[in-house]
Amino acid sequence: MNAHAGTVRGKERYRSGVMEYKRMGYWEPDYTPKDTDVIALFRVTPQEGVDPIEASAAVAGESSTATWTVVWTDRLTAAEKYRAKCYRVDPVPGTPGSYFAYIAYDLDLFEPGSIANLSASIIGNVFGFKPLKALRLEDVRFPVAYVKTFQGPATGIVVERERLDKFGRPLLGATVKPKLGLSGRNYGRVVYEALKGGLDFTKDDENINSQPFMHWRDRFLYCMEAVNRAQAASGEVKGTYLNITAGTMEDMYERAEFAKELGSCIVMIDLVIGYTAIQSMAKWARRNDMILHLHRAGHSTYTRQKSHGVSFRVIAKWMRLAGVDHIHAGTVVGKLEGDPNTTRGYYDVCREDFNPAKLEHGLFFDQSWASLNKMMPVASGGIHAGQMHQLLDLLGEDVVLQFGGGTIGHPMGIAAGAIANRVALEAMILARNEGRDYVHEGPEILARAAETCTPLKAALEVWKDVTFNYQSTDTPDFVPTALETV
Amino acid sequence: MKLTQGCFSFLPDLTDDQITKQVQYCLTKGWAVNIEFTDDPHPRNTYWEMWGLPMFDLQDAAGVMMELAECRRVYGDRYIRISGFDSSHGWESVRISFLVNRPPQEAEFELVRQEVGGRAIRYTTVRKPAAHATQ
Repeated sequence: MNAHAGTVRGKERYRSGVMEYKRMGYWEPDYTPKDTDVIALFRVTPQEGVDPIEASAAVAGESSTATWTVVWTDRLTAAEKYRAKCYRVDPVPGTPGSYFAYIAYDLDLFEPGSIANLSASIIGNVFGFKPLKALRLEDVRFPVAYVKTFQGPATGIVVERERLDKFGRPLLGATVKPKLGLSGRNYGRVVYEALKGGLDFTKDDENINSQPFMHWRDRFLYCMEAVNRAQAASGEVKGTYLNITAGTMEDMYERAEFAKELGSCIVMIDLVIGYTAIQSMAKWARRNDMILHLHRAGHSTYTRQKSHGVSFRVIAKWMRLAGVDHIHAGTVVGKLEGDPNTTRGYYDVCREDFNPAKLEHGLFFDQSWASLNKMMPVASGGIHAGQMHQLLDLLGEDVVLQFGGGTIGHPMGIAAGAIANRVALEAMILARNEGRDYVHEGPEILARAAETCTPLKAALEVWKDVTFNYQSTDTPDFVPTALETV
Repeated sequence: MKLTQGCFSFLPDLTDDQITKQVQYCLTKGWAVNIEFTDDPHPRNTYWEMWGLPMFDLQDAAGVMMELAECRRVYGDRYIRISGFDSSHGWESVRISFLVNRPPQEAEFELVRQEVGGRAIRYTTVRKPAAHATQ
């Protein structure tokens, strides 16, 4: 289906009136993308009767220079350079009526170092286009030249570990629960118990900002008392993600400065603050030696359904460019959406310097990160100590494992919950490094560690049967031999 | 207080057999193994004293264990840690670190609070004098 360009050129091209997008230069099957092009892969579902090539060309057109009719003012520009070019359309394996459209964009279409500009171009206008039933941005390849215009993670995995003096194992965290209603004083108690027990981090939830039951300064003050007490009690560096999300940038800067003044090593923002605010906070974090945690609040509204929206792998790429240090990227085994292969793709985007194309993980393109810092993925939501072997196997060691309920809900108390998680983790790392088949022997390794650790024994007993086995909605669609990558 | 720095501080202290296996893991990964000791285990003390240079070209963990035995003989009353250093691009940092020796009496820290403007407090973690520290 990739034959025949049919592009109209010269005088005919600019005759007033309406012309099919595929004839205006937005469908160029002979085009070979340049190393400096941004390439986007869309999943296009045209309305009944709409030619998939025309639909894909329309996506290219509407996400670059086109409007609904021919305009003569194109002739005042190097129009052929600025037109995005759809160069390939393939049927989505196993999904009749949907097509993968590959679209190349010239680098000059984008402002350096601006996710806002990039996203305004690529997803700004096309998703409500009437001839399409649905549209999804599956993946984007960024040229090194563009990657290098971004700061990248303010701290990165390597320096974060060096600052925390914690190596060789996943970091442990917990989100304070209940997520709403605690006073500052009670909230700090949870932080203290969890950190003293053995966690590295505690965390504000996405919607903890400054509410009648707890205003932000109270939370920061009590939390930092807790962090420092736990630090003195253990001789280890500890932290708590103080959520500085607020209604205005001025408020966010004020909260960030106060967190710094109190000696916090990490602050947190929500994805809903927007790309520009995220980049601003990333620059602030770099200037102020602060680790920047991003909670992906709201992402499932557009990442979860396969037919329409933006894949989370694209959001993860944008966030690595934008410069956050931590990003929630799924647990596979926990309570939230997460196909193992798709999640693996997200983790690779966060942590590798080069992502080879891997269709089974949902990665359609080779992507070089050009030594941009690595971003620490965070696994949070419905995980517990009894899954430690699976978590280590699926997610690796450069990850923050966050056991919220799995710490605070422990029958012997919060500190005991933290001890259980830390002992389970260390026992599993020890066994893995010794060369044991820890994935299969996991339950046995945990049971053995529990012999000298009553809190772990209790945790394994309470949560032994908890699993979340539901069908994933977002899985890769691929036939390994039928699809090649550019 | 049991100092909980390092990868395995929540487990019972590692036996020499267990330490050997972790060292062998580092060597298999191609990491240089480093022995360091200190009498100042403050959480912000990055630079412990090096027991010689990092061991870059070892094949067998036995060499490290001999050095560790020697280090313990001289500095058995201090904290000793073993770390694995990865020189590959993108890391160029420590990849694992764990305690292999504790002093007979562990360090203790206390928190010094300096009340500043408003309700803010400046915190400093300081070592408790040994006489006051409990076993």
